[in-house]
Amino acid sequence: MARTAAKQPENNEVGSIAPADLIKSYRLMLLIRRFEESVYQKFHENKIGGYLHRYDGQEALAAGIISQLHLPGDMILCTYRDHAHALACGTPARAVMAELMGRATGCAGGKGGSMHLIDPERGFMGGDGIVGGPVPVALGVGFALKYRNTSNVCVCYFGDGAMNQGGVHEAMNMVGLYKLPVLFILENNQFAMGTSVQRSTGQPDFVLKANAHGIQGEKADGMSLFSVHDAAERALHHIRTTGEAYFLEMDCYRFVGHGIGDDNTKGWTTYRSEEDIEQWRKRDPIHSLKDYLIERNLLSAQKFEEIDQEVQEEVKDSISFAESSPEPPLDSLYDHLYS
Amino acid sequence: MATMRYLQAVRLAMTEEMERDPNVFLCGEEVGQYQGTYRVTEGLLQKFGAQRVVDTPISEIGIAGLATGAAMAGLRPVAEFMTWSFALEAMDQLVNHAAKITYMSGGRIHCPVVFRGPAGVGTQLSAQHSQSLESWYAHTPGFKVVLPYTPSDARGLLKSAIRDDSPVIFMEHAGLYGTSGEVEDDPNFTIPFGQAAIRRAGKHCTLVSYSRGVQLCMRAADRLAEEGVECEVIDLRTLVPLDIDTVAASVSRTHHAVVVQEEWKNVSMGSEIAARIYENAFDELDAPVERVAGADVPMPYAKNLERAAIPTDIDVAAAVKRTLA
Ligand SMILES: Cc1ncc(C[n+]2csc(CCOP(=O)(O)OP(=O)(O)O)c2C)c(N)n1
Ligand SMILES: [Mg+2]
Repeated sequence: MARTAAKQPENNEVGSIAPADLIKSYRLMLLIRRFEESVYQKFHENKIGGYLHRYDGQEALAAGIISQLHLPGDMILCTYRDHAHALACGTPARAVMAELMGRATGCAGGKGGSMHLIDPERGFMGGDGIVGGPVPVALGVGFALKYRNTSNVCVCYFGDGAMNQGGVHEAMNMVGLYKLPVLFILENNQFAMGTSVQRSTGQPDFVLKANAHGIQGEKADGMSLFSVHDAAERALHHIRTTGEAYFLEMDCYRFVGHGIGDDNTKGWTTYRSEEDIEQWRKRDPIHSLKDYLIERNLLSAQKFEEIDQEVQEEVKDSISFAESSPEPPLDSLYDHLYS
Repeated sequence: MATMRYLQAVRLAMTEEMERDPNVFLCGEEVGQYQGTYRVTEGLLQKFGAQRVVDTPISEIGIAGLATGAAMAGLRPVAEFMTWSFALEAMDQLVNHAAKITYMSGGRIHCPVVFRGPAGVGTQLSAQHSQSLESWYAHTPGFKVVLPYTPSDARGLLKSAIRDDSPVIFMEHAGLYGTSGEVEDDPNFTIPFGQAAIRRAGKHCTLVSYSRGVQLCMRAADRLAEEGVECEVIDLRTLVPLDIDTVAASVSRTHHAVVVQEEWKNVSMGSEIAARIYENAFDELDAPVERVAGADVPMPYAKNLERAAIPTDIDVAAAVKRTLA
């Protein structure tokens, strides 16, 4: 099987994004960034607890792919680094923030928290706290989508570290075997906690691993909305026309620590330098999209300012909404144990 | 005697045993270069080198297999699970391989491996990361199961675990890592398995627990002492082997028993301990054994629900009053 099977478009004609959509994506990415920037503060105020993982730097992976899906028919699964995915699916920032604060108005009624956001009515089947955990579930979702004769796709996000989980390979093999409509998105942010890709696998060519399971795939620049969008467009076209899975390795970087603990203890200094982070920050997907929009005169300075104000308001509003929301009722402790 | 924190005591045990026996090595996620997720293995890579402090990918089946196979082939691995919740990935290697190989081989193979890491509930880690599953291992023949409460025990019991020729499940409590206590100076200090410790003497009611549950019992005993109720607090230290003699002897003095655990109540360690009390000291009991346990639900995230799902010293004190009523 060819390593990179999908035909690369010649002059990018497949991947052109309409200006209105670009601006939508810009707004979404900025919302995600501002949302993430607000959560550590709330953790330090003791309003958010547990583990807390941010998506700063990886926004294009949520915006460039989820915008092309037919939600809720298509279904999304992802990791604990899931705030962005919920927001991209259209879950209101209020419901996301309220979940982070464990309130009754949260998208999981306060039972899930940061790692377990979910919004099935919008096709978001949830964040998963277990590394590799969503991949076998994606196999099942893909199976159901095919079984029910839909033309829908299951999109499964997971990390570079997850590629070393046994269950991931069992699931990928079965997806390849049964020819299921699953789009695998490998969020290769170079590290699994403190372990770099080089230190975690003898074969860092992830596309090759997908190929080994009979799944076509390619690698894309996860720091560029255009690259992400175009690769996903090709992949979704492939899946919807052939019914078979596709695998995208998205090269990207998380700008902050693995989770708030890693930032609090400065554990990240054991595995990367400030200079490395600075280098990657130069490729900030939000900044480069902004530059593009300015260069092409697609958005005025004033409009940028307005968008920034708007999303900051949206985040602020989500915080006051969450803070003024009630805790879940105590007598709901045993609710939802069974259906 | 030196005063140190629980996590330092765990580290000390590993350091001493690695110095003592070149066949002892560590493996696990982030144990080396990152200096340990909870800093338990801090400095060990620098001290012992990469051959003996092995960083692994996020591959729990691999970690458990590496340790089990290496133990079968003559080494003494100490395998760390970043938390015990992730050991669920490795259940087959643990239950169907490590625990059984000695028996299946008619005693021809030893499997001197220690599986260790933080366990316990709390801090809003929610359903997949906040759970206590010690009874799963205690249920499985072939494992010894150890849950230390004090720094001295953490060190003394881990040293025994590393020297033991059978697979040992060693569950530390993340919520105890920061607690301090005195630790013996003798580098050969070990604590044998199967010997419970009486943490506090009392004549009215026996409280039986392990790991952080002992802390709840001690606090409850303090509260109740103010009201003139004297509790005897027993720290089991090891669940397998279980020192039922110490428990039964205590119950025959107090005639009342409360069993305390953080794990779910249904089919749990507490069920087993209560049954053993009935088997061994039925005639001594003046009231049924009371059990205090975690609510039988996946751990909810919201603070108020989490608080309601995790047992407290107030719950323990209330149970004591019920049994004495
Ligand atoms: C089975 C399992 N093992 C270990 C962990 C602890 N853990 C949480 S996130 C993480 C790193 C995952 O890295 P990666 O898959 O690259 O995703 P990223 O965090 O970089 O997005 C680890 C080791 C876990 N949650 N589940
Ligand atoms: Mg990663």
